[in-house]
Amino acid sequence: MLLGPPLLLSALLFTIGVAGVILRRNAIVLFMCVELMLNAVNLSFVALSQVLGLGGQVIVFFVMTVAAAEAAVGLAIILAIFRHTRSVDLKNINLLQG
Amino acid sequence: MALLQQAAEAAPALAPGGAVAWVWLAVALPLAGFLVNGVLALRRPQAKTAVSLIGTGVVVGAFLVAGAIYLQLRAQPPEAPLIVNLWRWIPSGGLDIRFAFQVDQLSTVMLLIVTGVGSLIHLFSVGYMHEDPGYARFFSYLNLFVVFMLVLVLGASLPVTFVGWEGVGLCSYLLIGFWFSDKANADAGKKAFLVNRIGDLGVLIAMFLIFWNLRTLDFVAIAEQAPVRLTAGGGIVTAMALLLFLGCAGKSAQIPLYVWLPDAMAGPTPVSALIHAATMVTAGVYLVARTNILFSMAPLASAVVAGVGALTALFAATIGLRQYDIKRVLAYSTISQLGYMFLAVGTGAYVAGIFHLTTHAFFKALLFLGAGSVIHAMHHAYHATGSHEDAQDMRNMGGLRRYLPWTFVLMLIATLAISGVPPLSGFFSKDEILAAAFGRGETNPFWKLLWGMGLLTALLTAFYMMRLLAMTFLGENRSGAAEREHLHEAPWIMTGPLVVLGLLSVVGGLLDLPHWLGGHEALGRWLEPGLAAANRNVPVVMPEGSTQWALLGAAVAVAAIGLLLGWRTTLAKPIPTAQAAPPERGFARVLFRKYYIDELYNALLVRPLVGISRWILWKGVDQGVVDGAAVNGSAAVARALGWIGSRLQSGHLGVYVVVFLIGAVWLLRALAR
Repeated sequence: MLLGPPLLLSALLFTIGVAGVILRRNAIVLFMCVELMLNAVNLSFVALSQVLGLGGQVIVFFVMTVAAAEAAVGLAIILAIFRHTRSVDLKNINLLQG
Repeated sequence: MALLQQAAEAAPALAPGGAVAWVWLAVALPLAGFLVNGVLALRRPQAKTAVSLIGTGVVVGAFLVAGAIYLQLRAQPPEAPLIVNLWRWIPSGGLDIRFAFQVDQLSTVMLLIVTGVGSLIHLFSVGYMHEDPGYARFFSYLNLFVVFMLVLVLGASLPVTFVGWEGVGLCSYLLIGFWFSDKANADAGKKAFLVNRIGDLGVLIAMFLIFWNLRTLDFVAIAEQAPVRLTAGGGIVTAMALLLFLGCAGKSAQIPLYVWLPDAMAGPTPVSALIHAATMVTAGVYLVARTNILFSMAPLASAVVAGVGALTALFAATIGLRQYDIKRVLAYSTISQLGYMFLAVGTGAYVAGIFHLTTHAFFKALLFLGAGSVIHAMHHAYHATGSHEDAQDMRNMGGLRRYLPWTFVLMLIATLAISGVPPLSGFFSKDEILAAAFGRGETNPFWKLLWGMGLLTALLTAFYMMRLLAMTFLGENRSGAAEREHLHEAPWIMTGPLVVLGLLSVVGGLLDLPHWLGGHEALGRWLEPGLAAANRNVPVVMPEGSTQWALLGAAVAVAAIGLLLGWRTTLAKPIPTAQAAPPERGFARVLFRKYYIDELYNALLVRPLVGISRWILWKGVDQGVVDGAAVNGSAAVARALGWIGSRLQSGHLGVYVVVFLIGAVWLLRALAR
């Protein structure tokens, strides 16, 4: 089985995620981009487990668990921010700016 | 060698027995009095009976201890000074200072004077200060003073003596500024303290020099080591003696550091009597006598001591001629008499110096307490009529002999004693000093000059003392008709000590009655053991035969002329009261303004010092360098660094991510290598 296509897809998804985090201002979109990056990494783990053994697939389960927890915490934070500022635009969230 | 050292170390361990072992009690009693009275001053300022009993009782107790010590020393004269070790104070390498007291003939004399005259003055204060709201505070300070004075006198080494030296300075400051709510009094206290600091610096440097060269600071060891390790007349020993004398000049108010003593009269009168006449100011004379071995090895320093003493005696006496404040006249008189004492110890006649110190303690304490009695009466009279006249200005007094007969008689005795009228105490001690100076003059004409100055001072002394007596007690009363009703003698608690001091002023001369009058020179023989080495270096030559009688005749004639002139010129014409007095003119004005020395010091020393402090040290160094460069400078650096750091926190998430990514990629590259 070829490793190239899944890894290429993984790299593409990761880049999209990074670009989204850098460029977008909406906290929800940004959050989804982070998830996208996580899943891009998951894809590369699964693809590489074909060659390197089942360890990669086990790690994917861990990542999914942590991602679920992270989603819960992250969404709660975003909700709290929204309640506080009536917006989820990152432009307004700069209290610690120097 | 090792054996010798062991023996030397073992020797002080042999603690002296009998009353001498209890010498610490003489210091501990007033210390306890200070603590108890201090607590009472803070908690129960109105408990005056308790304060009087404790305050006076502890000093009388110390006097009893001193008396017991004296009797023991008299019964068994010790060959070497008895050292009472209390504890090891500063054990540090080669420097091992014990907090020890030295009981010998010299310190016993001082012990008796300090506690004896001290007791009398404490008694007097019970009456004099009774109306004062700070009564308990006054007695606690006075007790503390006795503590430090005894430490000064008894100290077996320079550092211990220096503790007492500084301590009496502190008490002097506290008591001069006792009525500190009046700024002039507080200023006088500060002046005394600051002027004394200059002298104390000299003592400190002298101590360093002595330790550096002799490897010891104990008086006994100094006396042993100095002839071995130092060359007589050398620069080092001269420097030591001169630096010590600088301290003595500060403490004992000699030129050029005498300016604090007249201002110190701002304190209560018993303080002037005890601290600024009888005891503390004589500490300088005592220190010279204590370190006599150094001074006897440094002829130049001794000549300076004698010269400064004679000059101060004459200089202060001339100022005393034209003062009107009764206490100020006495203050200048004290400076003048202290000059006599330094003339004596500088001449090498330590016995004469200590003799005059003793008799002076009697008659000057009497004069001050008598003045206190007069001021007390004047103050009460003015208080009763609500007048605001100066209760210390002699121009407002006059004719007080009718109202204060006891005080008048006792002041008359003291005046005759200080003027040197035989057979009162001052005659013998002053004559001994002048004779010693004259005797030294046989070989060195410099001392003839000093003798002449001393004789002239005797004339002036008799003059200004008689002037004081005449202005105060003789002639017509100038206090005012209403006030006259209220003038009365002080209570017996005040007059009693005066009577005792009066008796001592009369018979004090017996202490060292010379051979030619059938005496035994008792004080001289008593002090002999501690002075033998110094007297070998500088023998005291007393004139004999016809010269001696001529000197005596001159001294008596001078005293008589001075007294007569003082009496006649003072009462020649009516004296205007302080309010009505015309301003002084001519040289009298210069004398009245004390040769403008205070103004001179102010212009030459105080103002430049204040200027340097303000413009260079404060505005320049403190505000410029310390505040500007150090404090604000370091703050500016921290702020700049903070500003640079804060620029990174832009608040744009994208920027953070990019930076993070760059870092991550760079890390990956590094790991992939």
